[in-house]
Amino acid sequence: MLHLTLFSLFGLICVAGAINLLAQRHPINSALSLIVVMGSLAAEYMLLGAEFVAVVQVIIYAGAIMVLFVFVIMLLNAGEEERSPGSRIALLLGVPGLLVLMGTVAWVLIRQNLGLVSAGALPGTPPAIGRLLFRDFLLPFEITSVLILIAIMGAVVLARKEH
Amino acid sequence: MVPLFYYLVLSAILFGCGIAGFLMKRNIITIFMCIELMLNGVNLAFVAFAAHWQQLSGQVFVFFVMVVAAAEAAVGLAIIISVFRTRETLNVDRVNLLKL
Repeated sequence: MLHLTLFSLFGLICVAGAINLLAQRHPINSALSLIVVMGSLAAEYMLLGAEFVAVVQVIIYAGAIMVLFVFVIMLLNAGEEERSPGSRIALLLGVPGLLVLMGTVAWVLIRQNLGLVSAGALPGTPPAIGRLLFRDFLLPFEITSVLILIAIMGAVVLARKEH
Repeated sequence: MVPLFYYLVLSAILFGCGIAGFLMKRNIITIFMCIELMLNGVNLAFVAFAAHWQQLSGQVFVFFVMVVAAAEAAVGLAIIISVFRTRETLNVDRVNLLKL
């Protein structure tokens, strides 16, 4: 019961943040509501027992990535976004298409009868994750380190001022 | 006890908000934030399924998704900065040189 209450509480905060992200016109307000979404998602991960993922979510996503976003918004002095008319065909075809798609997916998932998840169902402690990461997933781990290196160099090259 | 279905619904709502923002927003930085929102929705589904099937690899995969998202944010924001330098705008409707 407590699990369901906490899940609903953080889920509502999460959805409110996501909708606020769409509703706000100024990018800095969108960025702050995205931080709310990420923080409440970290709480959801904690409820499922994924401690390491929750902490990494706060440090990397809500910390590093969002600081980068806010930094760029302030660097470029981004103001309120301008409104421009959208496509009417997209509205006429897109909304019913989206509803049909979501209905189909929901119908399939409901029929599956997926079962229940208990609080802290799978404890993802740092030792367990680390053992998996450095044994079974060693090659992907090394490849992502190369990817990060390439991304850093790419960011430096792209953002450099040309003379 | 919470049905796994609820977690999937929350994940789908986040992903749907991300898609809607990606299509509706005009500011290139906000569009980028919507991509992060979609990645977060997928991560929640990963963690929920990991708990459901008792497979820790799901949580390791979330870690990889976060690493790729960080790399993507670094490169993407650098691209945004260089687009702003040349076009002097963040509105995607004005960055349309490839459009007829």
